[in-house]
Amino acid sequence: MNEHLPALAILLPLLSAPFCILVRRRNVALALIIAVCWATFAMTAQLLYRVRVDGPVTYELGGWNAPYGIEYHIDLLSAFVMTFVSGMAAIVASYAPRSIALELDTRQVYLFCTVFLLCMAGLMGIAATGDLFNLFVFIEISSLSTYAMISLGRRRRALMATFQYLIVGTIGATFILIGIGLLYIVTGTLNMGDLAHRLQALDTNRTTLVAFGFLTVGVALKMALFPLHFWLPDAYANAPSAVTSFIASTSTKVSVYVLIRLIYTIFGTGFAYRAEALDAILLPLALLGGLVASLIACYQTDLKRLLAFSSVAQVSYMALGISLGNVAGLSGAIVHLFNHAITKGAMFLAVGAIVFRVRSSRFVDLRGIGRRMPVTSACMVIGGLSLIGVPGTAGFVSKWFLVQGAIDRDLWPAAITLLGSSLLAVVYVWKFVETAYLGRPEEETLRDEAPGPLLVPVLIVTAAILWFGFDSDWSAGIAESAARALLEQGS
Amino acid sequence: MNQVLGLYDYWVVVTLMMVGFYIVIANRNLVKKMIGLSIFQASVLLLYVAAGKVRGGTAPIVPPGADGEVTYSHPLPSVLMLTAIVVGVATMSVALALIVRIKEAYGTIEEDEVLARCEGVE
Repeated sequence: MNEHLPALAILLPLLSAPFCILVRRRNVALALIIAVCWATFAMTAQLLYRVRVDGPVTYELGGWNAPYGIEYHIDLLSAFVMTFVSGMAAIVASYAPRSIALELDTRQVYLFCTVFLLCMAGLMGIAATGDLFNLFVFIEISSLSTYAMISLGRRRRALMATFQYLIVGTIGATFILIGIGLLYIVTGTLNMGDLAHRLQALDTNRTTLVAFGFLTVGVALKMALFPLHFWLPDAYANAPSAVTSFIASTSTKVSVYVLIRLIYTIFGTGFAYRAEALDAILLPLALLGGLVASLIACYQTDLKRLLAFSSVAQVSYMALGISLGNVAGLSGAIVHLFNHAITKGAMFLAVGAIVFRVRSSRFVDLRGIGRRMPVTSACMVIGGLSLIGVPGTAGFVSKWFLVQGAIDRDLWPAAITLLGSSLLAVVYVWKFVETAYLGRPEEETLRDEAPGPLLVPVLIVTAAILWFGFDSDWSAGIAESAARALLEQGS
Repeated sequence: MNQVLGLYDYWVVVTLMMVGFYIVIANRNLVKKMIGLSIFQASVLLLYVAAGKVRGGTAPIVPPGADGEVTYSHPLPSVLMLTAIVVGVATMSVALALIVRIKEAYGTIEEDEVLARCEGVE
């Protein structure tokens, strides 16, 4: 049992998905996803503990030896990503029954459960696998189920948003496939560890360079790195609330994980153009993305869209950490994966609770929501403080590492730009505060808090934001040792 | 000259890739966009299969009674592409299902018209 954990954590959600279709009963399917998600979370947590104590775990599927068969290679970074993905899935699954009932036809609920489990299995698989082609397949599993989930949105705009996402996502995935093919042509292997060795032995040639380009652009499309982010706001704003909170907190983060793998594991320091690509392309784009997306967020009139643009900005911070290429920067990127997942998760869950009562997420309709739903609004404000990076919240920890990483490399302009975009975050978070607490609703409403099943998940994740803000030893410790391992591996 | 003739299969791949990509970007009709996307994906299938082909190679099965060396093509890229075809079919069916829903909701599958109607009241 124990040695099969890496495969079980992915197979359990993957195999439970068809069960939801078979039973068709709404309550059974909902109970099943809650049970499966928490069980998976327990397994990944145990896996993370084992990896922390004993070092990386490898699992050979079907018993075929590593470079020939498919291998799951779970190091600290993979286990960390798997744990928070399954954790957020568990929280969202517990939140979904009440939230989805409002936004979805009762007869469709079991289908939602199916795609939710498939999406989760795909995301977990991306983090676990050590085989490049397997990675592509998992990316497509998670993307296809994400399209299906977004198209469940109530407004008809959701359909067009999904279609645009599907086109962009498929182009991104095909770019990744082209990159994998070119690498396979050059090296004759698909195993990531093996690839890294063989690429190091080769001189950098044009084919590897082109492969690097295709892979990076493909992953950048998937993670909505500025200026390839245009699909994200529409998709997030029109999906059902539970779906938005799940994909916003996990899907782009897992793509960032793929970028880290790509740059630090597969193309190690032996790849001659890596430093140039990081400094000349990724770093400026990340800084610009942080500023521009935050600026656009300030002008939004819909809370969901505002948070979606803020996600683009936050992904840019992760890209910034990756491009810095030193321990502090990379740790910042990794810890921000987690911190942003809980921050955005809490905020979108809170938005879902607000939509449950108000039936709208436009600022015009949210005036005075601070008095109507005091607890939910307080959670939104705490999430907002974490987006800004106020000390005592999780967001502060990641910003601290990122600024340190920039200063270590004497990139003062980068550090100042980062702080500048945090100031813009103050502006857009203030927009919510102003509407919620200073705005007067058109008709006076009584206190009308969200129901318990929606409120408890919001409170748990908000508590996590504060917890990991004050006690960052666990999250930042893991991020730092994962970053060190990645940087040593590459050199 | 060798660049053109010796690598002609890759030129086919690149041409198809660009044709497909152009259709996706330039066409406003959603179904035609999907046709472009299909061509784009198909070009990648050819890229892999072309890479696995060995000149004069046969299928990787030892013929009965053969002794000595048999030249055969690399089977793995073709096998990988079987998976990619499945992924492509899945993507296509999700997209076509979406187009049916878009037609029901908006009454058109021209991108400009759909987006113009999005601007209106929901």
